[in-house]
Amino acid sequence: MYRLTTRTRAGTATAIAVLVLVIAGMALPAFASRGVIQDLFFILTMLTLAQIWNLLAGYGGLVSVGQQAFVGIGAYAMFAGVILLGWNPVWAIPLGGLAALLLAIPTAYFAFRLQGAYFAIGTWVIAEVTRLLVAQWKTLGGGTGTSLPREATSNILGTDLIRALFSVREAAARDILAYWLALVLVVAVTGGIYWLLRSRLGLALSAVRDNVEAARSVGVDAGRIKWAVFLIAAAATGLTGALIFMQTARISPDAAFAVTDWTAYVIFIVVIGGIGTIEGPILGVLVFFVLRSALADYGSWYLMTLGLIAIAVMLFAPKGLWGLISARSGLHLFPVRRKLVGLKIEGGI
Amino acid sequence: MIWLDTLVQGILLGGLYALFAAGLSLVFGIMRLVNLAHGDLIVFAAYLVLMGVTLLGLSPWIAALVAMPLMFGLGWLLQTVVLNRVLGKDILPPLLVTFGLSVALQNGLLEAFSADSRRIPAGSLEGASLDLGLVTVGVMPLLTFASAIVVIVALNGLFYHTALGRAFRATSDDAVTAGLMGIEPKRIFAMATGIAMVVVTIAALYLGMRSNFDPSIGPARLIYAFEAVIIGGLGSLWGTLAGGVIIGVAQTFGAAVNPEWQILAGHIAFLVVMLLKPRGLFPRAVD
Repeated sequence: MYRLTTRTRAGTATAIAVLVLVIAGMALPAFASRGVIQDLFFILTMLTLAQIWNLLAGYGGLVSVGQQAFVGIGAYAMFAGVILLGWNPVWAIPLGGLAALLLAIPTAYFAFRLQGAYFAIGTWVIAEVTRLLVAQWKTLGGGTGTSLPREATSNILGTDLIRALFSVREAAARDILAYWLALVLVVAVTGGIYWLLRSRLGLALSAVRDNVEAARSVGVDAGRIKWAVFLIAAAATGLTGALIFMQTARISPDAAFAVTDWTAYVIFIVVIGGIGTIEGPILGVLVFFVLRSALADYGSWYLMTLGLIAIAVMLFAPKGLWGLISARSGLHLFPVRRKLVGLKIEGGI
Repeated sequence: MIWLDTLVQGILLGGLYALFAAGLSLVFGIMRLVNLAHGDLIVFAAYLVLMGVTLLGLSPWIAALVAMPLMFGLGWLLQTVVLNRVLGKDILPPLLVTFGLSVALQNGLLEAFSADSRRIPAGSLEGASLDLGLVTVGVMPLLTFASAIVVIVALNGLFYHTALGRAFRATSDDAVTAGLMGIEPKRIFAMATGIAMVVVTIAALYLGMRSNFDPSIGPARLIYAFEAVIIGGLGSLWGTLAGGVIIGVAQTFGAAVNPEWQILAGHIAFLVVMLLKPRGLFPRAVD
C-alpha cells in the first residue's frame, strides 16, 4: 500500500514550534510593555496582509495593486457599524470582512476581463474610485475622516476583563485586545492558506498559475478558482483593515486607502522574504520591521532604502531571502509538495 | 455656451494627460513594460527643470532643453542596468522593480526638496488667455495641447519612417524574430526608454508651469497616464491622445457638476471604456 503525503519532519517540527509561539504570544501581554504590544500588532497585521497578497500573486497569479480598496472599505464598514448602528467595535469587525467581500464581486467582474498589467492597473483604479466615493460619505467625516466615539472605545468587548487581568489603563487594554485578535487572525489566515495549498484546490491553483491551458485541459475550472481566491483574499483583507483601524480608532480616506501602506509595503515584504512560499512573508515582515526600527530616525530614508532593497532582491535573488535559504539547505518549514510514501521500490526487475 | 467652454477646457486638459501618457505608451507598446515609476519620473524631471530655472537662472524652455539629454541618459541607464534584467513573460518582476523605484524616488525627492509644493515660473504666459469668439482659452493649455500633437506626430514619424522605428515595431511584434534579423532587443529597449524620458521632460515642463507639484503627486499622474494608454489601445499613439482627451473631458464635466467629482469622473470614464472595449479603442499591437 502507498499513499500521498505532504508531511515531513521539518513540517512537524514547525507545527510544534508555531503552537508554542502562539501560546507564548497569547500570554505575552502579562510581561511585555505597551510599546512591544503595539509593535507586535503592527508586525502581525502586516504579516496577515502579506500572506493574503502572496496567496493572490504568488499562488493565484493575480497581481493586484488595489488591495488598499479592501483594507479601506473594511475599515470604513467597521466605523459605520460603530457610528451609525451603534455596534460594539469587535462585532463590527466582521462587517468589514463582509463589506470587502461585497466590493470584491463587482471588482472581480470588472478586473477579470483584464490581463496582466491591465489587471494590476484596473484594480488600482477601482481602489481610487472607492476612496473617492467614500470621501463623499459626509456622515463618516468625508475627506477629512473621523474618530471612533469615546463611548464606543471605552467599552469595547472584553477590555474590562483585560483591565482587571493586567491592571492596565483603558487605551493599553484596547491595544492588548487588538493584539490578541491580530494573533488569531494571522494564525487563521496563514493556517487557512496552508490548508488550502495542501488541498485539491491548492493543487488546482498552482496548476492554473503555471499554465492556464494545461490546467483547463485536465479539467480544472480556472475561472472559478480565481474568483474563489480573489473573494477569500478580499474578505480577509477587509477583516484586517477593520482590525487595524479599530486599534488606531481614527480613520481618513487617505490613510485607509493608502496604496503605499497597504499595497506597496506589503508587496515589498512578500518580495524581500520570497514570493510563492509561506515562509517568505514571515521572514520579509521581520526584515521590514528591523529596517523600520533601525532607520526610524532618518525619516523618508528608510522608505527609500526599502524601495532600493526590493529592487536589489528582484534583480539578484528573485525568489527572495527564503528562496536563498531554501535552495541552500533544502528546508521547507511549511511543506506543500506531495510525496509518495509506503511504496518500496526494489532495484532491478 | 458654458458646456462648450467645459468641453474645450476638457479637450485641452486631455493634451496634458496625453503628454503624461505618450512616453508610457511608447514603452508599454514596445516592451509591455508596466513602469509604475512613470509618474514619479515626471515629478523628478519637473524638479530638474525647476533647478535649471532657480539655480542656473535659465528660462523654463531652455532648462527643459538642458534636462532632456540628462533624462535620456537616465532612461537609457535605467533600462540597461535594471529593467532589461527583469523583462520577461512574467509581469511581476518589472512591476515590483518599478514599484520599488517609485517609492525610492518619492522619498528621495522628499528628502532633497521637502514636501513644500513648488511651481516652475512661466512669466507672462501664466495668466495669458486668447479670445476665440465662442470660448476663451488659456495660452498655456493651448500650448500644452499643441505640444502633445507635436510630440505624437514626431513619435509617429520616428515609429513609421525611420530605421529605429522599424526596429521598434519589429521588436514590439516579435522580439525573438527581430533578434534573428540582427536587431538587439535590449539596445532597442534602452533607446525607447531614453526617448520616453525625453517626452517625460516635456510633460514635466507643462506640469510644473501649469500647477503646483510636490514629491507625492507622481502616482496620480501615473494613473491618468495609464488610463489614457489603455483607453487608446496598446501601441497606438493617436489612441493615447484620444484616451487623454476622454479623461480630460470627463474630468472637466465632472468638475462642472461638482468640484469634488473631477477625478472620480475621469476614473469612471476609464472603467466604462474598459467594460465596453477591454482592449481599448484603437489597439495596434496584440498582447
